[in-house]
Amino acid sequence: MDLKSKLEELFEQNQAKIKGLKDLDQLNQTRVELLGKKGPITEVLRGMKDLDASERPKVGAFANKIKDDLQGAIQERKHTLEQAVINQKLAEETIDVTLPGDAVVSGTPHILAQIMDDIEEFFIGQGYQVIDGPEVEEDHYNFEMLNIPKNHPARDMQDTFYIDDQLLMRSQTSPVQARTLEVHDFSKGPLKMISPGRVYRRDTDDATHSHQFHQVEGLVIDRHITMADLKGTLLALAQHVFGADRKIRLRPSFFPFTEPSVEVDVSCFRCNGAGCAICKYSGWIEVLGAGMVHPNVLNAAGVDATVYGGFAFGLGPDRFAMLKYGIDDIRSFYQGDQRFLSQFQQEG
Amino acid sequence: MNVSYEWLKELVDVPVDADTLGEKVSRTGIEVDSVTHPDTGLKKIVIGKVVELREHPDSDHLHIAQVDTGDDDLRQIVCGAPNIAAGQTVIVALPGARIGDNVKIKRSKMRGEVSEGMICALQELGFSDSIAPKAYADGIYVFNEPLTPGSDALAALGMHDAILDFEITPNRADALGMRGVAWEVGATYGERPHFDDQPVVEGDTPITSLLSASVTDATDAPSYQMRIVQGVKIQDSPLWLQRRLWNAGVRPINNIVDITNLIMLGYGQPLHAFDYDKLANKQIVVRRAQAKELLTTLDGNDHELDPEDIVITDGEKPVALAGVMGGLNSEITPETVNVVIEAASFAPVNIRKTALKYNLRSQASSRFEKGIDVASINLALDEAARLMADLGDGTVAKGHLSASAIVPEPVVVPITLARINHVLGTALSSTTVAALFDRLGFGVEVDDDTFSVSIPPRRWDIHIDSDLIEEVARLYGYDNLPSTLPTTTMTIGQFTPKQKRLRRTRQLLEGLGLSQVITYSLTSVDEASQFTLSPAAGTQVAFPMTQDHAKLRENLIAGLINAEKYNVARQQVDLALYEQGRVFPRTQGHSRPEEKEYAAGLFTGNLTNKNWHQAARAVDFYYVKGVVEQLLRDYRLATPVHYEAIRDSQDLHPGQSAKLVLGEQTIGLIGRLHPAYEHAAGLPQTYVFELDLEALMQAPRTEMAAKPAPKFPSVTRDVAILVAQTVENAAVEAVITANGGKFLRDVTLFDVYAGKNIANHQKSLAYTLTYRRDDQTLTEEEVNTAFAKVTTALEEQLGATIR
Repeated sequence: MDLKSKLEELFEQNQAKIKGLKDLDQLNQTRVELLGKKGPITEVLRGMKDLDASERPKVGAFANKIKDDLQGAIQERKHTLEQAVINQKLAEETIDVTLPGDAVVSGTPHILAQIMDDIEEFFIGQGYQVIDGPEVEEDHYNFEMLNIPKNHPARDMQDTFYIDDQLLMRSQTSPVQARTLEVHDFSKGPLKMISPGRVYRRDTDDATHSHQFHQVEGLVIDRHITMADLKGTLLALAQHVFGADRKIRLRPSFFPFTEPSVEVDVSCFRCNGAGCAICKYSGWIEVLGAGMVHPNVLNAAGVDATVYGGFAFGLGPDRFAMLKYGIDDIRSFYQGDQRFLSQFQQEG
Repeated sequence: MNVSYEWLKELVDVPVDADTLGEKVSRTGIEVDSVTHPDTGLKKIVIGKVVELREHPDSDHLHIAQVDTGDDDLRQIVCGAPNIAAGQTVIVALPGARIGDNVKIKRSKMRGEVSEGMICALQELGFSDSIAPKAYADGIYVFNEPLTPGSDALAALGMHDAILDFEITPNRADALGMRGVAWEVGATYGERPHFDDQPVVEGDTPITSLLSASVTDATDAPSYQMRIVQGVKIQDSPLWLQRRLWNAGVRPINNIVDITNLIMLGYGQPLHAFDYDKLANKQIVVRRAQAKELLTTLDGNDHELDPEDIVITDGEKPVALAGVMGGLNSEITPETVNVVIEAASFAPVNIRKTALKYNLRSQASSRFEKGIDVASINLALDEAARLMADLGDGTVAKGHLSASAIVPEPVVVPITLARINHVLGTALSSTTVAALFDRLGFGVEVDDDTFSVSIPPRRWDIHIDSDLIEEVARLYGYDNLPSTLPTTTMTIGQFTPKQKRLRRTRQLLEGLGLSQVITYSLTSVDEASQFTLSPAAGTQVAFPMTQDHAKLRENLIAGLINAEKYNVARQQVDLALYEQGRVFPRTQGHSRPEEKEYAAGLFTGNLTNKNWHQAARAVDFYYVKGVVEQLLRDYRLATPVHYEAIRDSQDLHPGQSAKLVLGEQTIGLIGRLHPAYEHAAGLPQTYVFELDLEALMQAPRTEMAAKPAPKFPSVTRDVAILVAQTVENAAVEAVITANGGKFLRDVTLFDVYAGKNIANHQKSLAYTLTYRRDDQTLTEEEVNTAFAKVTTALEEQLGATIR
C-alpha cells in the first residue's frame, strides 16, 4: 500500500471514530494519539524519506491536508461536545420565570402630599415661590390683615380654634400671604407665591368635615396683573390637575380679602360636562375660590393699592383628592389605614 | 333666603322660568343653591267643602263627612281629624291622588264605610312642621276664606310657585329682601323693578299724644322710627299673606306678627311690634342695659343682661333686646288692641355680640348685623302700618316718632374706564360700562372717561372702585373675560433648601419602605407630650371640639401609634409608617410655641412575610436603626450621631431604646415601645423612631469635594475579643479608632457572640480592620505595628482578651 492510500485509510478510520466519541477526555486522548509525535501520521511521514524526491512534496502536502482535516474534525467534535455540556447546564439551571419575585418594598407617599407636591411643582414651573408659614398664627395675620376685622359677619364663615386672645390655629393659609406682602420688596420684582399647608377649623369630624385639612393659596402682585390673568392661571392649573380637556367658569362670590371675588367651577372630568352623579348633573364642579386682592389687604401690608394689584386664589387638596379619586370620607386621609393609603401609587 | 318666583314676578318682569333664572343668577350675582317646585309629585288635590258631618258608627274617633268637591254628588270621606267640622273649606285628595312622600290615595272602606278620598293636613302635602300654622298642628288644614269646591287646592296654597334658595354672602345683604332681589334680577335682565307703594291713611289721634321715644346714644340706634295702629283685631292672616310667608319658609302666626315678617321679607327691614297697652310709662327709651338687668324674651328664656346689650325700655324696664328679640312682657297676644311698630337701624357689632351671647340669632339679628337699607326704614314702617290697619281693621295714629334718623343719600364713587379695563384685562367701551351701571339703577355721570357713579343706599356694600369693578365684571359676564397668563419681569421659581430637604427626606423614607401617613396636629393632652426629645410646656386650644383634639402635639410618635391601632384593629399587623410634620414645643414663659419639622417612623410585624423563596423577617431594633442610619447618611453630618441607651422611659423599652445625640443636642430617639405600654394599648411589638429635622438641617455638613479612587491596595486584619457584657460596641470602636493609626480606613463588626463556650457576663466581638495608604502600598510591618497598638489598647483600656 502506498503512503497516500495509508493516509486515506487513516483518515477514514479516524474520522468515523472522532464523530463517535462521547466525551471531551476521550477526544483529547484521541487527539494526542492521532496527531502526537508517536502518532500514525507522524509515522507515515517518517516513511517519506524512502520516496522519490519528486513525489515528496505531493505526498507531504497530502499528509498535511489529512492532518488538518483530522484536526478540524476534532475541533468540530470538541465544539459539539462542549455545546452539549453547556446545554445540559443551561437545562439544569432553567427556572420557572412565572414564580413571584421577592418582596422588595417601598412606601407610598400620602395622596394629599402627592397632590400638593404636584401643585407646588406646577407653580414652581410658572416662576412662583413656595412659602411656608406658621400654623399657630396671630389673629392679626389670620384675620385683620385680610380685611376681616373683629366682629365682622365674615368671621362666621370660619369657626376658629383660638389658643388665647391673640393666637389661634390658622384657619387658612392666607396669613402667609399677608406676612409675605408685608416684607416683599417690589423694587426687586413682582410677588408670585403659593402657600401650602395644614389649616384648622372648629368643625365636628364627619364624612365631609374635618377639623384639620389642607390648603394651597396663591398670590400674584405686580403693576399690571389682571383678572384675565387670574382666569388663565386657574385654567392652566385645572387642566394640569384634572386633565387637558377641562374648561373652567367663574361665578360671583364673596371673600373679604378679594374684590371682585369668584368661585371657580371646572367642567366635570367624569362626564365631560354631560352631567353625572359626581357633578350632581350640572356638568360643573366647584373647585376653588379666587379674586382680585382687596385694596384694604394691600394697604394693610403697606403696599400702595393704587400702583400694585393682583389676584389670589385658594384651593383644598383634600377636596381635590376626594373629587379626583372618588373618596367619600375625608377622615380616610387622617386615619392612616394602610390599605387605603397604599392604593395611591405615584402618578406621572 | 327663599325667594318666591311668583312674588318676584310681581316686583319685576322676569323673562325666563324659575330654573333658568336660578342658573342665570348663580352665574351673574348670587348663588342659587336650589330651585324647588312644591307641587312636584302631587296631583288630584282639590278644594272641598264639608257639607255634612256625622260620627262613624263603629269608631270613637272617625267622622263621616259629605264633601262637595265640585262633582254632581257629594263625596263621602271618612276622616279622623279631631278638628273637622261642617262648613269648613278643606283640602281633599281624590282617589288616584298623589300626596307627599309619593303616597297614593285610593277609594277604600274604613270599618264598613266607603271613603272616596282623604281630607289633608298641610304636612301631608309636604309642609314642614316648622312652617305649618300651629292651630292646625293636630288636624286638617282649614281655609279661612271661601274657595270654589273642586278647584285646584295646590293653587290656593301657592304650591305651583317655585322657590329659589339664594345663598346670600355677607356682602350681599341687600338681597335679604324681595325688593333687593328684584333689583338684582332686574339688573341681570335689563329690567327695572316696579314697586306698588300705597300711601298710609292716618287717623286723627296724634302719635305724640300716645307715646314718646328717645335714643340715649345715636350710635347704638342711628335710626329709630315708630308708628302706632289702634283698635286692631288680632286674627289669622288672609290666605294670600299666609301663602307668601310659608313659601318664604316662615310660619304664619297672626295678622300683626305676619305683617312684620312680610315686611322684613319684602324690604329686608326687620320690624318689631309691641303691645301698646303693656308699655308702662308710654315712654320708649333706647339705651344700654344695666349690668344684671333682667329680661325674659319671647321664647320664654330669662337673660341677665350687660352693658354691651342695647335694650328697648318702656321708661321703666326693658321690653326688648334691640334688633334681636322682643320681651315676653310686651308681646302681641290675641287680646292686643293697640300696636306699636318699630323700624330701626342698630349698631351691627352690638347686635352680633348680643345674639351670639344669648344664642338668639334670628333672621332679624342677622340682617341688622350685615346692615340694612337706610332708605327703606320709613317705607317699611309705613307699609306695615297700612297693612295692619287694613288686615286688623284698625286705625293708624297720626304721624310717626323719630327718635334718631339717618338722611339717606347716595354715595358717589369715581372710577375711570382705564382702571376697569386695567384690572379686568378687558377693552370695554365707555358706553358698555355706562349701560351696565344703568342696569343696576346707579346714576352715572361721564366726564372724559371718568365715571362718577352714584350708589343708592340700597347697595350699601359698594364703597370703592373695586366694588364697582366687580359689578361690571359679573354683569358683563366672567365667561367673556379673556384667559391670559401674568406678564411680569422674570421670576425664578425654586424650592428653598429646607423645602428640598424635607421632600428628599420623605422620598428617602418611602424608598426605605415606609408609607406616609398624616395624623392630627391636635391630640389629647396625654398624647401630646409623650416621646418628646426634651421637656417643653404644652399649648392647648381654648375651646376644643373634643378632648381627643385639645392640645398641640409635641411629638409625632403618638399619632403614628393611633394609626397603628387603627390598622391593627383591622387585621393589618405588618406596618412600616412614617409622618413628616410639625411639632409644637413651647418654651415656658412664651405664649407662642415653636414649630419644628420632625420625621417619625413606626414598624411592627414582619418586614417581609414568608413566601416560597424567602423566610419571614420580623422587624427588630437593628433594622429600624439601619433605616435611621441610612436617612442620616443623606444629611452628610460633619460629626457623627451617638446612640445613648435610654433606661428610664415610661413609654420605651428600658433595654431597647436610645436617644440620638449630635454634639450636645438630643436630635432623636429610637426604640421599642415599653412592653407595658404595648400591653396597655393592646399592641404587638412596636418599634419607633423620631428625628428633629430642624436640628439635622442646621448641623454642619461635610464638604462635597472629589477624592481620587484609591490607587494602592488595602490590607485587612481581623480581631476577635472577649469583653464584659456591659461593654458597648461604641466603646470598642472608639478605642480601635483612637488607636488605629493614620492608615486605618474602616472598622466593621462582623460577629457578636455570647453563650456556649463563652464565660458568663462576657461576650465575643469580632472586627475587621481595613488599612490603606494613599501614597504607596502598605508594608506588612506597618500593618502589624498599627494592629498591635489596637490589640494592646483593647486589652489595657477595656480589659479585653484577644482570642
